Amino acid sequence: MTAATLSGRARATFAFAPADRGPPAKPASKSPAKAGAGAPISVRGLSKSFGTKEVLTALDLTVPAGQFLAIVGRSGCGKSTLLRTLVGLEQPTSGAVMVGDGQRGVGRIMFQEPRLLPWQRVVDNVRVGLSEGLPKAASKAQALDALGEVGLADRAGEWPSVLSGGQKQRVALARALVSRPKLLALDEPLGALDALTRIEMQSLIERVWLEQRFTAVLVTHDVAEALALADRVVLIEDGRIALDIDVDLPRPRRRGSAEIGALEGRILDHLFSSGGRPSDDRPGFEPEPVEYEKAYA
Amino acid sequence: MRFDAKSLLAFVIPVGLILVWQALASAGMIATEVLPAPSAIVAAGWRLALSGELWTNIGISAWRAAVGLVIGGGIGFALGLTNGLSRLSERLTDPTLQMIRTIPHLAMIPLVILWFGIDETAKIFLVALGVFFPIYLNTLHGIRTVDAQLVEMGRAYGMSSWALFSRVVLPGALPSIFVGLRYALGIMWLTLIVAETISASSGLGYMAMNAREFMLVDVVVLSILIYALLGKLADSIAKWLERATLSWHPAYLHV
Repeated sequence: MTAATLSGRARATFAFAPADRGPPAKPASKSPAKAGAGAPISVRGLSKSFGTKEVLTALDLTVPAGQFLAIVGRSGCGKSTLLRTLVGLEQPTSGAVMVGDGQRGVGRIMFQEPRLLPWQRVVDNVRVGLSEGLPKAASKAQALDALGEVGLADRAGEWPSVLSGGQKQRVALARALVSRPKLLALDEPLGALDALTRIEMQSLIERVWLEQRFTAVLVTHDVAEALALADRVVLIEDGRIALDIDVDLPRPRRRGSAEIGALEGRILDHLFSSGGRPSDDRPGFEPEPVEYEKAYA
Repeated sequence: MRFDAKSLLAFVIPVGLILVWQALASAGMIATEVLPAPSAIVAAGWRLALSGELWTNIGISAWRAAVGLVIGGGIGFALGLTNGLSRLSERLTDPTLQMIRTIPHLAMIPLVILWFGIDETAKIFLVALGVFFPIYLNTLHGIRTVDAQLVEMGRAYGMSSWALFSRVVLPGALPSIFVGLRYALGIMWLTLIVAETISASSGLGYMAMNAREFMLVDVVVLSILIYALLGKLADSIAKWLERATLSWHPAYLHV
């Protein structure tokens, strides 16, 4: 049960029902859900240390193109570090990380906080996701398109400060998606939202993923959220993969169904039984030491 | 309507004070050599305005203030940016600058007179020195306190160094830079008043000191009032700039 099955996994295929909830799907001509829109990920022997603390230990992971992978684990288990390594925000101490054909800028990340620039209008915040060389008119049109996809086209001219938390996170999603990335990295993007907004955002993320078929990697605390969205759930413990489960359930998934409940129980049992380690969530515990060095030095 | 009535309320006390002052002076209860009547001050202003003396002196003072602000503020801004962006430059220059900062710049007046005489250079030097530090310190502080998460976002989204600076760092530092500018404007007028009063052959301070020699108290009070008006004008311009450039800031949103 604890043995991790890691590589050579065939991509799970689902007979999914067309998304019949959330904002209406875009016309087919505008959503080229062509095969190969995602980038495969290959992680070999990845280790990452901050000072003397080793956060990831010789980790191997293969993600086929277009898969929706969820990474769960306790605070401080290294799951965010793994995600940040995938988009180049952290450099491996040793090992190799390959996303797509190895080009930079293949992946986009969505953080727990929206991280919108308060001094730029909503549409210009979305344009941050596009190449600086693009002509203004073209980039504006694409940004408006992406805003339409998250249902916020009418708020394009507003300042971010007047939006609600969920709306800000939808703008952040539009910013991440506007360049049509081959990998979308989600670093607990729904963690700060209220329960209803969370469910709405989950449907939205599922819908755009079904449309665009990028590879998605979601880091979350919430096992139920992982099971609602992902094709595959990976549990990380002490810098290693402790559990690797395929979620072969049709979409859209019904919250609280028996199959999801069974899988959730399996993952939670593993989390609580493993070594009786006290929770890292207790007060005073320092989670992952993420160093924000100033980039413009 | 209500807005008009409310804004009129602010004028009640100042206007009342002037009326009382005028009444007391006209009744001979305030000696003219202590404080001339408001009407006398207006008359003095009219007289000097007609002779052109007033405009010349205001012009010279404003020119000194502006040149000093541009030089001192420009150097302060540039060093604040450089030291905010480069740790190396900060380690090299900041300790020295902090050392110089402990010298009250007005204490330099005797030395400055020895160096530059009572020439324009002396006044501009003092103003530049005075405005340098608030702008330097607040620019540096503004850049250092830019949200690191936004900077990381910019990097993750592939911004070039220039884009990172112009779209993330500078706008983030702007509120703090404006605090420095408004503080500097206050110091600018203060420095100029002291410098012109002590050593000058033109300008508002000179006009006031000259008038004192001839016991023209009305001209002295007039000069003081004009200084106050110029200070207010400079502050209003800075406030307007702040509003125009920080319209995104929740404090300035009018929605």
